[in-house]
Amino acid sequence: MHINPIEQFQINNWLLLFNVHGHQIAFTNSAAYMLLIVILVSALFIGATARRAIIPGRLQSVAEMTYEFIAATLRNSTGPEGMRFFPFVFTLFVFVLFGNLIGIFPFSFSVTSQLSITVILALVVFFMVVIYGFWKNGWHWVKLFVPKGVPVYFLPMIVPIEVMSFLTRPVSHSVRLFANMLAGHITLQVFGAFIIMLAGAGVLGMFGAVLPFAMVVILFALELLVDVVQAYVFAILTCIYLNDAIHPGH
Amino acid sequence: MAAPTTATTEVPAGQSKFPPFQSQYYPSQFVWLALSFILLYVLMSKVALPRIDSILAARAKRIEEDMATARHFKERSEAANTAYEKSLADARSRAQGIANETREQQAAAAEETNKRLESELHQRLATAEQSITATRATAMGNVNAVAAEAAAAIVERLIGKTPEPHELEAALGGAGKS
Repeated sequence: MHINPIEQFQINNWLLLFNVHGHQIAFTNSAAYMLLIVILVSALFIGATARRAIIPGRLQSVAEMTYEFIAATLRNSTGPEGMRFFPFVFTLFVFVLFGNLIGIFPFSFSVTSQLSITVILALVVFFMVVIYGFWKNGWHWVKLFVPKGVPVYFLPMIVPIEVMSFLTRPVSHSVRLFANMLAGHITLQVFGAFIIMLAGAGVLGMFGAVLPFAMVVILFALELLVDVVQAYVFAILTCIYLNDAIHPGH
Repeated sequence: MAAPTTATTEVPAGQSKFPPFQSQYYPSQFVWLALSFILLYVLMSKVALPRIDSILAARAKRIEEDMATARHFKERSEAANTAYEKSLADARSRAQGIANETREQQAAAAEETNKRLESELHQRLATAEQSITATRATAMGNVNAVAAEAAAAIVERLIGKTPEPHELEAALGGAGKS
């Protein structure tokens, strides 16, 4: 029996669409799961709110609570000026959240465990912060790299550190999500493989397989928590970075 | 563990790299991420979020209206209660006034009746006294005549001779007078 814990991250071309300068653009399993995210998110936030009930049902309550939660998070981080980014932050949060949650189903594919996806999302946030920061504050925006209250003779040391920490943001922002998803899914797969291996090893092994099975149950609960927390972390870091674009003074 | 399972992340010979680093899929990933994310952004910002916003606003408005209506009714009930208590107090004081007035009227009427009856009684008393006095005088006159007749009869029996009326008169004059 061959169980490869990495196989679940494999992208497969389902349908080759274009070939641009030797770069293949295809409809992949990853693309299908991204569209699935769009469909499920729309079902929750458009389908479940279609009745516009004054007294909401369960799904409408979920939609409203998510809305209010993200709105409160963004407002607390950036103040009322940041609410123009609300649709973006909301979309980012639900995209990552549903990507994570879909991935927890066995045999599914987790879009957010692809480094290419998380890097693009993090870079979009990064460039949004840079461009909006310059557009709104002009050159005053570079004050972001000059912390207030630091003696002038420290600045030659502090400013490069601040610039470096700013430039590495997309790395930490994207790798945090990617690594959490990757590690969680590999762990689940490895413990799942233990069950099958032990169960195939005779009667004693069948009893022994209870242990990794219990572990998988616990890990599923943990993964569910990690999925939601990482989506929240991704969203709140986006809020904090956007706050730097709006209020560059520390 | 001689099983063919590979528990390591090493790439088996002849196979491609670790999937997240397989760069031949990056263009597809980018295109489909852009498409689905923009689609989701449009759906959220144009449909879902304004709708949820309007639902929340409608609910807040409804709650406020209901609260205002409730406040209005509360005020009305309090006003009605005050009016009721006021009219109750008015009625009570009016009833007391009427009772006092009636009592005074009746007392005055009783007083008048008493006076009238008293004076009538006095009058009757006086009349009665007068008639008693007259009757007594008449009775006393009659007594003298009866005494004179009785004395004449007694004397005649005793001495066989009828006394003269003026002698009788003289004899009885003192007794009648005393």
